[in-house]
Amino acid sequence: MIGSHYVYWLTFALMMIGLYVVISHGNLIKKLIGLSLFQVAVFLFYISLGKVDGGTAPIITEGTQTYSHPLPHVLILTAIVVGVATLAVGLALVVRLFESYGSLEEDEILQRDISDRDTTDRDGVAS
Amino acid sequence: MTVIEVLSGVLLAAGGFFVVTGAVGLVRFPDFYTRIHAVGVTDSAGAGLILLGLLLRTTEWEVGLRLLIIMLFMVITSPTAAHTLAQAARRDGVPVWRAGDARR
Amino acid sequence: MTAFVLVNISLFAILGATALAITRMRALYEATMLTALFSLVTGSLFVLLDAVDVAFTEAAVGVGISTVLLLGVLSLTRSREAVTPRRRRLPAALVVLFTGGTLGYAAQDLPPFGSATTPVRDHPVTETYLYQSQQDMGIPNTVTSVLASYRGLDTLGELVVVFTAGVTVLLLLGPLTRRNRPVKRDLVLADYRVLRVVSGVLMPFILLFALYVLFHGDYGAGGGFQAGVIFASGFVLYGLVFGLDRVQQVLPQRVLWVLIPLGLLLFMGLGVATVLLGGSFLDYDTLRPDDPAAGQRLGILLVETAIGLTVATVMTSVFFSFTGRGASR
Repeated sequence: MIGSHYVYWLTFALMMIGLYVVISHGNLIKKLIGLSLFQVAVFLFYISLGKVDGGTAPIITEGTQTYSHPLPHVLILTAIVVGVATLAVGLALVVRLFESYGSLEEDEILQRDISDRDTTDRDGVAS
Repeated sequence: MTVIEVLSGVLLAAGGFFVVTGAVGLVRFPDFYTRIHAVGVTDSAGAGLILLGLLLRTTEWEVGLRLLIIMLFMVITSPTAAHTLAQAARRDGVPVWRAGDARR
Repeated sequence: MTAFVLVNISLFAILGATALAITRMRALYEATMLTALFSLVTGSLFVLLDAVDVAFTEAAVGVGISTVLLLGVLSLTRSREAVTPRRRRLPAALVVLFTGGTLGYAAQDLPPFGSATTPVRDHPVTETYLYQSQQDMGIPNTVTSVLASYRGLDTLGELVVVFTAGVTVLLLLGPLTRRNRPVKRDLVLADYRVLRVVSGVLMPFILLFALYVLFHGDYGAGGGFQAGVIFASGFVLYGLVFGLDRVQQVLPQRVLWVLIPLGLLLFMGLGVATVLLGGSFLDYDTLRPDDPAAGQRLGILLVETAIGLTVATVMTSVFFSFTGRGASR
């Protein structure tokens, strides 16, 4: 059991480290880093499902009979590039947030939002 | 087991040894400049010897050519990286370690 | 305990140690460099798991582009993280333990690692992808044939996501209007003479390598996505060393704005062309009715070029946006 499933459990451990960073850390860039750790662990999980014992890379050559499954490779290859594109969007949002709030910490940003709302309520002026 | 195979095995083992010494140096050396030196050993001696060892094992000339090209680019890029790092540290005023100083 | 298992476990150990170090590190520059290391080690694991194409992409994206983007954002913002308060740690740990436990429990139902008789393996589509593809199009790299032909529509969707992400970054960070004032240069990498000369010499080789990867994708690891990322990293290197102005003289923003949708339009236009020729969407057989395999190869080449074009230009213009933002403030 352990011998045949160890790769899955190791990828889950990596995934959980990423998830922990996303949930516990307040810094937005650190959250994005954690998200990419999580993402890479998911990639590893997919690829490990496609692996066949004694297989080679799915490039057809003469004299080879066993190949690992190409489908997970295709899905993950595109997912990596999509992943960096979405990371860029996240980082662009972080830059804009920093420019308007002067902070990257989730708590401070929320705090400023709440105090802004309080002042507008008291003055009765819409911002 | 031909002579070529033995020779390539020796080269690969030597390359692996240099990679390990580079890693040890990275942990043990006292300051930034000496650590760059350790990393340089990993890149040039370690990777170079491993590539040479692999070159002896190739049977197709296309693969050998690719290994040679990789070696050429390693020879160009890794000293550049080490040099630029050291120069940047120098500009930034990172002090050089002298015998007797504390590790940093 | 074979050597394969041993190497596997040691690579996973390095990954785990790196990930733990990233969680503990409050200096974000260092965390970013460790993230690059994480990607590189993952790339080695991908090679071990026979996914050479994926390893290639991960190495180019994880070490090249995403590190540069993270560093660019750090230079625009703050690179020091606040201490994570204790009250945030406990709920996170609980969630992680619960999710991890559930996943680990569910993993018992997965087929054993490396098994040759998984449902995916036994499905008839595997036969098609691995062996039928040799008659259908005669391309040795099955990843390329699945990516560009069998699942071409899927890839088109992914490319649309990349395109949309690129446009979103442009909208968020500009530059939608060209500023004509001189840009302040605080990056003085071009003052390092060795670096300047070497990156100038390397630039054409990087672009040549990207073209090789693009057109060699049928026979070995490579293809449009990898080529696009390598192409972009060539321009990113040039921009990092010589500054945004110099690289925009070579590749003006206006040209990028034309090229970004061009790749996507080429891909979609090819699909429409195959429909007009009497086939289904992205069925390249119709390109050469007398020789369907040659038609498939032509279609795959065009699609890979389109992917490479859009990915390269999106990545380059995202980099321009981040660096341009820094220079304009």
